[in-house]
Amino acid sequence: MLWRPGRRPTPAAAGIVADEAIVDDSPEIAALAQRASRLEARALECVRNDRVLFRDLDAALEPGQVLQVEGPNGCGKTSLLRILCGLSLPGAGEVYWGDAPLPEVRTEYYEALAYIGHRHGVKGELTPIENLRFHRALAGGTPDRVPGDALVHLGLEGFEDVPCRTLSEGQRRRVALARLLTTRRPLWILDEPLTALDRSGVAVVEGLIRDHARSGGMVMITTHQAIRLEGCVLGRLRLGG
Amino acid sequence: MSGTGPLGAAGALLRRDLTLFFRHRSEIINPLLFFIIVVTLVPLGVGPEAATLRAMAPGVVWVAALLAAMLSLEGIFRSDFDDGSLEQLVISPQPLALLVLAKVFAHWLVSGLPLVVLGPVLGASLFLPNRAMGTMVVSLLLGTPVLSLIGAIGVALTVGVRRGGVLLSLLVLPLYVPVLIFGASAVSSAAAGLPVAGPLALLGALLVLALTLAPLGAAVALRISLG
Repeated sequence: MLWRPGRRPTPAAAGIVADEAIVDDSPEIAALAQRASRLEARALECVRNDRVLFRDLDAALEPGQVLQVEGPNGCGKTSLLRILCGLSLPGAGEVYWGDAPLPEVRTEYYEALAYIGHRHGVKGELTPIENLRFHRALAGGTPDRVPGDALVHLGLEGFEDVPCRTLSEGQRRRVALARLLTTRRPLWILDEPLTALDRSGVAVVEGLIRDHARSGGMVMITTHQAIRLEGCVLGRLRLGG
Repeated sequence: MSGTGPLGAAGALLRRDLTLFFRHRSEIINPLLFFIIVVTLVPLGVGPEAATLRAMAPGVVWVAALLAAMLSLEGIFRSDFDDGSLEQLVISPQPLALLVLAKVFAHWLVSGLPLVVLGPVLGASLFLPNRAMGTMVVSLLLGTPVLSLIGAIGVALTVGVRRGGVLLSLLVLPLYVPVLIFGASAVSSAAAGLPVAGPLALLGALLVLALTLAPLGAAVALRISLG
């Protein structure tokens, strides 16, 4: 991982370094270096079906921050998140990770990113534990909790070994969210993560986001539901007027 | 903990795809049935004369193998596209071309390799002489991976298009023609007792070319399809 000594971690990120004696190439320092990066969108434009969804959109996400994207249906929230993930290209403008435009630091960016979209990428034919194991191997990087623990945390105890297609929509969404716990990623981009979740599920997700932001992570989220994130540095980005 | 490097990820993807294929067998069995049915119907259509069938055998088996391979192509990326797994592959830090190669290899193992095994059996049913059996196996072994690799580019380009089946055939068929020509001619030569090194070497060259370029092409095509 790139660790530039010249760049000081921000206070929010510095909070997690308790030990001065950490050697430079340790995973903690690497994780911190990632955390010290920021996500920035400069003058983004998105056009869909000859309609301008947004133009000259600037946004920045710093370590320790949560940014909630708001707006009515069809205003371009998902399009924005997909552009920030590098999945689609903006009509104009650029996304920066740290100091570099996204296409130049693609691999480093994807080592830092966890994205859960509308289609959450949970395989119906696989069990939750198989899904998580595969994603963990795919993600590489610093492993965090083992898949079993992550599922328990998401309230899926006892469902580890049944095919995901037999689970309810809300449970499948929980399996997708459990991915956030199995590998350490500083940047979470979550598109409607609360869809189909019950009240306890929403509370778990709120807890995940709070903990992540407190430990210097970054979260970008869209949701139509009320979400309680006390104690977080919460920014709002409003699309569609 | 299974590997965290690119090879570990590719291995995990290969294992996952094989597991999925075996839990969803109909998808792989249909093209194989198609292959068997087409070849066994030919004697009923053209008559049972051994000489006619022997002359047609290499071409019939190869054409049927090619069409069966094309039938199964959709399966490489379709379900991953539908449930969002493909996005996760694209935004993983691993080289996408390597992941594509793992997916194509998994697909070939379940759809191409059975064709290689069945080829000589169906050839025998068309009176293909025994001395051509080895060449039949080798030509299919070299040719069917090329079909899967070229097909992967076509599927990657059309996966975002609803009902992209016709488009896929149009894109992929012209590129399949050289494989068909060299594959069938190798088997015909072997049946006639002629040297087969030439067409087999060309098939090998096609395989090397496809193996090096197709994963890169398919990776770029996937990014375009998702964007």
